[in-house]
Amino acid sequence: MTSAALVAPYQDLRRETLARDRGLREKVMSLDAAAQLVRDGEHVAIGGCTLSRTPMAMIWALIRAKRRKLTISRSITSTEGDLLLAAGVSNHVITSWFSQGIVWGVSKVMRHYTERKLARFDEWSHMSIGLRYRAGAMGLPFMPSRSMLGSDVGERVADQTKTMACPFTGEPLVLLPALNPDVALIHVQRCDAFGNAQLDGLQFMDIDIAMAAKRVILTTERIITNAQIRRLPDATRIPFFAVEAVVEVPIGCAPHECYGVYEPFFAALDDYAQRVAGDAVAGCRQYLEEYYYAPTSWPEYLSRIGMEATLDACRRGRSVYND
Amino acid sequence: MTEPAAAYTASELLAVMASRLLRDGQIVFAGVGVPLLAATLAQRNHAPHLTILFEGGTIGPFIVPGELPPSTNEQRCTRRANMVLPITDVLLLLQRGYVDVGFMGGAQIDRFGNLNSSFIGEADNPKIRLPGSGGGNDISSLTDMIVAMKHEKRRFVEKVDFITSPGWIGGGGTRAERGLPQGGMWRVVTDLAIMGFDANSREMKVLGLNPGVSREQVEDNTGFRLAFEARLETIEPPRQQELAVLRELDPQRLYTA
Repeated sequence: MTSAALVAPYQDLRRETLARDRGLREKVMSLDAAAQLVRDGEHVAIGGCTLSRTPMAMIWALIRAKRRKLTISRSITSTEGDLLLAAGVSNHVITSWFSQGIVWGVSKVMRHYTERKLARFDEWSHMSIGLRYRAGAMGLPFMPSRSMLGSDVGERVADQTKTMACPFTGEPLVLLPALNPDVALIHVQRCDAFGNAQLDGLQFMDIDIAMAAKRVILTTERIITNAQIRRLPDATRIPFFAVEAVVEVPIGCAPHECYGVYEPFFAALDDYAQRVAGDAVAGCRQYLEEYYYAPTSWPEYLSRIGMEATLDACRRGRSVYND
Repeated sequence: MTEPAAAYTASELLAVMASRLLRDGQIVFAGVGVPLLAATLAQRNHAPHLTILFEGGTIGPFIVPGELPPSTNEQRCTRRANMVLPITDVLLLLQRGYVDVGFMGGAQIDRFGNLNSSFIGEADNPKIRLPGSGGGNDISSLTDMIVAMKHEKRRFVEKVDFITSPGWIGGGGTRAERGLPQGGMWRVVTDLAIMGFDANSREMKVLGLNPGVSREQVEDNTGFRLAFEARLETIEPPRQQELAVLRELDPQRLYTA
């Protein structure tokens, strides 16, 4: 791969950023409208990690909008990766770990697509993914690191990295190319109509992803007023001018978790695991049929997961604030 | 296990043996499952000032018994924590040098302590594509490591198919030569034995056998020629108190079945 293809040219990045409407304006829209902001073939970074703060409603909308050939990047990829591959939306995943979760074993959907070379899975170490987003967020073309040296993980992506001796100390370093995703999908607990986003609990790589990306689509548990944001500006993690769209989607990560609001829907996750335990691709497609294509709205998707399961996840989720 | 009195599972044994390797005051970068249980057990017993770090971004949490996290990234990982911070920054604590021990499970290990969690078979044409590194590569590149895993021939191989998390690479000084002068595999804890690495050759060697385990049993379950320390450590079996703590933490046997 050429260096130019790996790292966005700095002047292009600046020009694109300056061309964005960075005024304090309302940008609330529907899931469907937000899905239209993502174009086929783009690099879409997904916020959250494993089962946490996955922007599932936005992924649901992208799958329904039949986006194609997306490159997906995420710190750790869970069931949403299965679904994006099986729906034909993505054929390239950049991540450090890809399976539903340790307790459910190795994803057979991921295995099907990667082992048959139907999709590409670029494996980077966790910190390397994070430093690549951070370089992108900092407006730098690369970040040096001491990790990934000497291993086959580093060797396997060596066509995308460089190594050098530190110009000060002579120590060996790996240079990780910046990631500037075309779009970042991030789910938060609350934001205002302008896109000032406040995050509770674990932040994962979301702030770097937001600042590295060329467009940010925020989904949020609730929209609050700008006056409320201004009362606690230190809780704001993503500034409005980085954000292109705001979509209010309560329970927008189900069946994954949203810190302080709901824990993972464990029964739903066990059910999914069972569906993909046999013929994984058929099971996953059947799941897509029932949960992604058949429901006409996100509330209808949630109805299929069930009121009891939702209330149980919410009770457990809010319990972090009980003591 | 050989004696009926030994009423514990292999995972419980791993957690107990590993907990005894941790020291008070240490900063331990732990995975969920056996590493988390072992670190928590150490805190309850001999290491009250031990601090757990999770790669999801948590500093110093205490897990609520019966509410074990499914990964290092859920809110269950943050209970009573001192601090939460972004993933990249918690991993950078390893690079900065704040961490004493990295502690995780393993799928496949070789005689130089390299771990594979990426591919079974050829990477370009794998029999099985495994989930990958996660933070494993970073942790094992940047600090001293303990690994807890089942002792099986297919898991203890002469040479791993793929080095996901580097141990001593090709032995001797090769780890440092390949750019990793810091860290390295320190202990491997299994249901059969505790192993370390020769200070010069960096080959795996048995330091002690678990109660009721014979040397032959370890050899039969290892896919390479394993060295044995001349004087093997005596390992005390798990105490009731240790098992009771583990069962309080994991009553549903999510990680200790």
